Amino acid sequence: MGTKKIWSFLLMMLVALTVVLAACSSEKETGGDKETSTDKENEGTTTEGATEEAGEKVLIFGRGGDSVFLDPIAATDGESFKVTQNVFETLLNFGDEDTTINPGLAKEWEASEDGLTYTFKLQEGVKFHDDTDFNAEAVVKNFERWANGSEDKFPYYASMFGGFKADEGHVIESVTADGDYTVVFKLKRAQAPFLKNIAMSPFGIASPTAFEAAGDKFGDNPVGTGPFKFVEWKRNDSITIEKFDGYWVDGLPKLDKVIFRSIPDNSARLNDLLAGAIDLADGVNPADGVTVEGDSSLQLFERPSMNVGYLGLTTTRPPFDNVKVRQAMNYAIDKQAIIDAFFEGRAQVAKNPMPPSISGYNDDIPGYEYDPAKAKALLAEAGFADGFEMELWAMPVPRPYMPDGAKVAEVIQKNLEDIGVKAKIVSYEWATYLEKARNGEADAFMLGWTGDNGDADNFIYVLLDQDNIGSNNYTYYSNDELHKILIEAQTEVDEEKRNDLYKQAQEIIFEDAPWVPLAHSTPLLAGKANITGFIPHPTGSDKLTNVDFK
Amino acid sequence: MLHYIGKRLLQLIPVLLGMTFLVFMIIRAIPGNPAQVILGQLASKEAVEALEIKLGLNNPWYTQYIDYLIGLFKGDLGESMRTVQPVSKEIWPYLAATFELAFFAILIAVIIGVNAGIISAWFQNSWFDYFAMVLALIGVSMPIFWLGLMEQWIFGIELQWLPTSGREDVRNPISSVTNLYVLDTIINGRFEQLGQVLKHLVLPGIALATIPMAIIARMTRSSMLEVMRADYVRTARAKGQKMFWVVYKHALKNAIIPVLTVIGLQMGLLLGGAILTETIFSWPGIGRYIYDAIQFRDYPVIQSGILIVAFIFVMINLFVDILYGLIDPRIKYD
Repeated sequence: MGTKKIWSFLLMMLVALTVVLAACSSEKETGGDKETSTDKENEGTTTEGATEEAGEKVLIFGRGGDSVFLDPIAATDGESFKVTQNVFETLLNFGDEDTTINPGLAKEWEASEDGLTYTFKLQEGVKFHDDTDFNAEAVVKNFERWANGSEDKFPYYASMFGGFKADEGHVIESVTADGDYTVVFKLKRAQAPFLKNIAMSPFGIASPTAFEAAGDKFGDNPVGTGPFKFVEWKRNDSITIEKFDGYWVDGLPKLDKVIFRSIPDNSARLNDLLAGAIDLADGVNPADGVTVEGDSSLQLFERPSMNVGYLGLTTTRPPFDNVKVRQAMNYAIDKQAIIDAFFEGRAQVAKNPMPPSISGYNDDIPGYEYDPAKAKALLAEAGFADGFEMELWAMPVPRPYMPDGAKVAEVIQKNLEDIGVKAKIVSYEWATYLEKARNGEADAFMLGWTGDNGDADNFIYVLLDQDNIGSNNYTYYSNDELHKILIEAQTEVDEEKRNDLYKQAQEIIFEDAPWVPLAHSTPLLAGKANITGFIPHPTGSDKLTNVDFK
Repeated sequence: MLHYIGKRLLQLIPVLLGMTFLVFMIIRAIPGNPAQVILGQLASKEAVEALEIKLGLNNPWYTQYIDYLIGLFKGDLGESMRTVQPVSKEIWPYLAATFELAFFAILIAVIIGVNAGIISAWFQNSWFDYFAMVLALIGVSMPIFWLGLMEQWIFGIELQWLPTSGREDVRNPISSVTNLYVLDTIINGRFEQLGQVLKHLVLPGIALATIPMAIIARMTRSSMLEVMRADYVRTARAKGQKMFWVVYKHALKNAIIPVLTVIGLQMGLLLGGAILTETIFSWPGIGRYIYDAIQFRDYPVIQSGILIVAFIFVMINLFVDILYGLIDPRIKYD
């Protein structure tokens, strides 16, 4: 009696389940798809008909995190710039795949002999999304707004232009309009990377009408001159921007709409791409590169490398205060093996603190080859023939320059064991890790850097000059000769002389060996095979102006 | 009854106060400096110090704590250090997203869990009983991360039945009124969107429901087994009452009290602890909001976020306590 009941009950449940599932799938095939087909094109090869009919091209870009600000000058994080780069434009642009200087909102520019005056000729006929005219006055107002700010509001302005109006170190003396379409910058002292700084995403020109009206709330409704205008922001979820019909370059942008979705997990993001929920995925694991390449409906994009991953040796902590020990560490670690195993070969062995694409890179430096015997000899010379014990700090989070900190640490640990050094791997939660390392509490720690503007100063001075001890110089490395060279290079306007200075600097760093430079990685992205015109930029902020679907 | 509720609400005040104090002390005990995180890696030391002063981080901890409490009593949850938005304004969309998901998950967990528990107890030691309990054992020990990725792979990529992540079809965005999308689509009369929203709920809902479902099933089974041995059940059966009604009407009513407690606790846990599911399915919920805040040392968000989750947790438990009385008149409040 009872068994009969249970069977009929189970049968009922099964029927119910079937009905539900059938409803789900049939809705997808018929009703659901018909309803949404008008704005659901480009989903894949199966909806071709719909694509032509509706003609609206939507790109869904999946990335690891949400933006923090949509006012570019307030932001410091790459995810914010990914969006603002398409809503705002800068006076100068970087090259498509490098950080050379190209026209942007300024069509021509001229520097005076002494590097103290820069004159920009602006594009004419450009309008902001709110119909305000873009002209010299607008540029002046933007720089005034920034120069009157403070570091907690506009952090990048402070770090790139030496502070604010009242500060001693502020580089910009004045910004003035000369007629409607000429802007003149006067500097207090020459700044070699000035033009590169101007081209950085944080310095996108905003509509003066909009920021004067909105004040601190400007980021809620950002207005620039870019190819796309802001539509909606659902925090931690999606940001939508759509084609700006009044864009000053005819025929651009090619897409009608771009939706940035934040999808925190790398594997889940790839799943979304495979399922067709997104068209483009940022931050693909090196290990998944092969999967993408093997799938004919997808294509793999390589972002040109502008980063460095390294093992920092805190030069104030014995035994790393001894240069021989630091050199021994350099010989002991098998960088190529690390790259083969954990970067899947998508990286280049590093020998300098900056990648080869940056002007001033010293390729004559031999680098430290993998040579445990030499390492042992150096240790013996330094008085550590029997080795020593140390802590090895492993990065707790994956970064493009270090996809798997814990595993790389294990390889390094093994390498060190071979030369008699006992390394204990430790790791902390990320903010803790950074704070402790900054305080000089680590013996040896993994870290890395992605460049902001492709200038040598942005790597070597920022990461290894004595001025930056307590901030980005985590190794506490200090060398007066190097400091002199780096300061000189900051104001040297002759490109060739400047490159020579950086080459000298790299020689000094090579000898002193405050780091074991590990790798310059190539970050990966994946997209649908029918995407055209997408060129990943080394800075990580991609312009989507020319992106289209085949 | 009202007297009881009033007393319980009064008891909440010291509980929540104690909790704010604990959270306040713990997040300040861990290293990491919000000012540094806000200003980014290139910031100068002076700027970091200046911002610490602006944010009041250089004050002694008790002044900071008292300032925070005074704000709370005025209904001010503070302002996010990172996004410079008031927490009270920022938190609702996240809370709504989590609430929707947690409600859906608990619905699945209760419907399947309770029924599986009942049937297992009814046919104790049958193949169904063994099967369901092994499944429940797997369920409680299931790594949600893995389960989520597998769901995406099977139902999203291979079968293409269900969307793999997010709350909506971004190509057909929902104009939000309440941020509870199920409700929003009904208010807007967009029933094709309602279908989309429900489909988006299925995979994360199942992932989130797995553990509570297993716990509820096991609890229901053991509670039912006890009741089924009671005299009145035997009497009911001797009277010739149909077994189905004996189980679902008489036995269940007496067995449900401990199950209800478990459901209440699980519901509270789902609200605060959905972080893994929210990460895998890119669900913009409260768990990720607080988790991100911890990474960025965004003190006001961490404090107020946890306070709100804790408040909801205790309220659910209060609600469950009141339900006892409605289900079982023998339970008296005083």
